[in-house]
Amino acid sequence: MVLRPPRVIVTKIGFDGHDRGSRVISATLRDAGMEVIYTPPWQEIATVVKLATEEDADVIGISSLATDHLIIPQLMAALKEADLSDVQVIVGGIVPAKDEAALLKAGVARVFHPGAALDDIVTDVITLTAKRRQLQGESV
Amino acid sequence: MNADILNLRRETVPEALRKWEREFRQSAKGDAVTYNRSGMAIKPLYTQQDWSGDRYEEALGHPGQYPYTRGIYASMYRGRSWSQRQLIGLGVPEDYNARVKEILDLGASALSLIPCNSVFRGYDADEVPHELLGTCGTVINHVKDMEVALDGVPIGDISTAMNDPSPFTLLGFELAVAKRRGIPWSRITGTSNQSDCISHFVANHMFFRLALQGARRVVIDHIKFCNLHVPNWNPLSIVGQHMQQAGATPAEAMALTLASGIQYAEDCIAAGMEPDQFLPRFTFFFDISVSLFEEIAKFRAGRRVWARLCRERFGAKDPRSWRFKFHGQTSGVDLTRQQPLNNIARVTTQAMAGIFGGLQSLHTDSYDEVFSTPTAEAARIAVATQNILREEAQLTDVIDPLGGSYYVESLTDEMEHKINGIIALIDEAGGMYSAVESGIVQRMIGDSALAFQKKVDAGEQVIVGVNAYQVPEDPDEYPVLEYPDQERIQVYLKQLAEFKRTRSGAEVTRALDELARSTENKDSNIFEHVVKAAEAGATHGEICGRLRKELGFGHPLTLV
Repeated sequence: MVLRPPRVIVTKIGFDGHDRGSRVISATLRDAGMEVIYTPPWQEIATVVKLATEEDADVIGISSLATDHLIIPQLMAALKEADLSDVQVIVGGIVPAKDEAALLKAGVARVFHPGAALDDIVTDVITLTAKRRQLQGESV
Repeated sequence: MNADILNLRRETVPEALRKWEREFRQSAKGDAVTYNRSGMAIKPLYTQQDWSGDRYEEALGHPGQYPYTRGIYASMYRGRSWSQRQLIGLGVPEDYNARVKEILDLGASALSLIPCNSVFRGYDADEVPHELLGTCGTVINHVKDMEVALDGVPIGDISTAMNDPSPFTLLGFELAVAKRRGIPWSRITGTSNQSDCISHFVANHMFFRLALQGARRVVIDHIKFCNLHVPNWNPLSIVGQHMQQAGATPAEAMALTLASGIQYAEDCIAAGMEPDQFLPRFTFFFDISVSLFEEIAKFRAGRRVWARLCRERFGAKDPRSWRFKFHGQTSGVDLTRQQPLNNIARVTTQAMAGIFGGLQSLHTDSYDEVFSTPTAEAARIAVATQNILREEAQLTDVIDPLGGSYYVESLTDEMEHKINGIIALIDEAGGMYSAVESGIVQRMIGDSALAFQKKVDAGEQVIVGVNAYQVPEDPDEYPVLEYPDQERIQVYLKQLAEFKRTRSGAEVTRALDELARSTENKDSNIFEHVVKAAEAGATHGEICGRLRKELGFGHPLTLV
C-alpha cells in the first residue's frame, strides 16, 4: 500500500514577510515527493481556509518570524468553522515557549523551532497526513 | 590533495616552502582544501606566492585613499568610533520616547526607530488585527505620534535612522515635527533605512511596496527631494542584509547589493542628477555572518569595487562619491535557540568581522532574538559587547589591522573577482529591476539557502548545539519579552480616532488629492507631496493607501 503524496500548504499569515523558512520547507517537502501548495507571505486567514478546501490539504504549515503566530488561534477557529478540523496545522519559526502551549491548546499539531532538522519535519508531515486521512475515514 | 594548492608548480617556489608542504602532508588530517560559505576554496597556508604586495597603492591604497580597500577615512576609528546604533521600537509612541530618553542618558549619539509591522505594511493601527500591534516595533501613524515619540529629543543635533520604506512617511512626519519646532531641515541628519525597494522585492517581504515601476519612481523622487531640501540626510540605504539573511552567500549578497547601487545610480542619472550630487549620500547596510575572514574580505572587496564603479563607470570626481559607507548588523540567522547564551560568542565574532571590515556603524544582535524581541538584559549585553571590543580588546588601535595578511588580501582579491562576475551577470540581464522581474535573483538566493540548510542537516556545516555538542536543556529557562499591554493599545486606538476626528478633514483631502495628481505628472515630485500630506495631518495608512491606488500594489515576486 502506497501513501498518496501528502498535500501540504506552506504559507505565512499576518504582516511579516521573512520567507526563507517557508521557501526552504516548501522545497524540502517537494523534494520528499509531497504535493506542496506554496503561497507568498501576507495571506489572509480566509484565503488560507479557502485554499485548504480547494486543495484538499492534509497539512497546513505556517511560518512565523515576527509574532504573527499570535493570530494562529484565529486561523484554527476559522478552520473549525469551515468544518476543516481534520486538517493538521504545523507552525515553524520564532515562537516563545510560553506561546507554544497556547498554540497547541488551540489545536496546532506541532511547533518547530529554529534548529529543527528537515528530516524530522518531513517525517512529521507524513505522520500527520496519515492521521488526517484516518480522521477522514480514508484508508491510508 | 590538489598538487597545485600552494602554487608549488611555479618554478619560483622557494625550497623552504616545498619543505613545509612535505611536512604538512605528513601530519595534516582531513582535506587540505576547505570551502567558505561563498564556495571559495581555502588553503591551509597563504604566503608571498599568493599576495606579494607589489600593487599596494593600486589595489589597496592607504586608509582614506582610493580605492579605499583599507578604509574610507584616513583616521578611521582613531578619528571617530563606529556609531553604536541599536534598533529600538516597541509599543506605542510614549513607550518609544521613554526608551529613547533612557539611551540618550546612557550616552547614545544616534537613534533608530523601528515601527510596528503594521506600519511596515502600509496600514494604520485601526486597519489590522490588534493582537499584532506594537509587538515588533512602535505604532506610529501620524505627525502627532512622531511629536510624542521625539518629545525632548534634539533632532537638530542627533542623527535618526528610521526603518522607513517607500513612500517614506516617517521622514515626512519628522520633517513636519522639525518645521513645527522651527528646526531647519538642513540640520536634520540620519538615514532612510529600508529605502532600497529592490531588496524588498527579492528578499524581504516585510514592507509595503508599490508595484515595481511606481516604487522605482518614488525612491528616485525621494533622493532628489532630500538632496535639495534635506541635504544632510542619507535618503538611500542599499541593503545586502535582507539577501544574506534570506540565504545569499556573503559574495552574492555583496554583489547583488552593489548591482542595486548601480541601478539606483543609473536611475538618478537618467532623472537628470549629477553623480557627485547624489553618490555622497548613498549608504549601505549589510549582514555580518560568523564566517570571520570571509566577511572581512567581503567588506574590503566591496569597498574597492564600489569606489571603482563610482569613479570609472559613473565618472564621479568628488572623493566623497567614491566612499563606501556602511552599517553592519550581526546575523540573526547564525543564532541558535539551542544553548542560547552561545549566541553572545557568535555575536562577538560577527562584530569583530564587521569592525575589521571597516564599518561605520554597528548593531549587535541580542542573544535572545531567537526567542522574541530582545529583553532589556540581553540588549544591554549586546551593547556591552561593542564596548568590550573597543575598550578592552583595543580593536580600534590600528587601522585595518589585517591589511597585508597574505590570506586576507588573497581572499579579498578572490571576493572582488567573484563579486564582479555576479555584477556582470546582472548587467547582462539588463540591471537589477529586470533581473528581479525575471526571477534570477530570487532563484540564486533560494538555491543558496537550501544548499546551506542541506549542509547543516548533513553535518558538513557544524552548528554548535544544533547538530553537534548538544546538551539537554529547558527552553523555558530563558526570559522572553512581554507583549505590550492590550489596554495601552486600546487607548492608542481611541487616540487615533480622536486625531482623525479633530484634524482639518478638508486640508487632508486636498493634500491627498495633490499627492494623487503628482503621480500622473512626471515633473512633479511625489515625495514632496508625501511630506505635505504628512504636515496636513494625513496618516501613514492614508498616504500609502492613496499611492497604492494610483501606482498599484507590489505583490511578492517570489517563487520556490
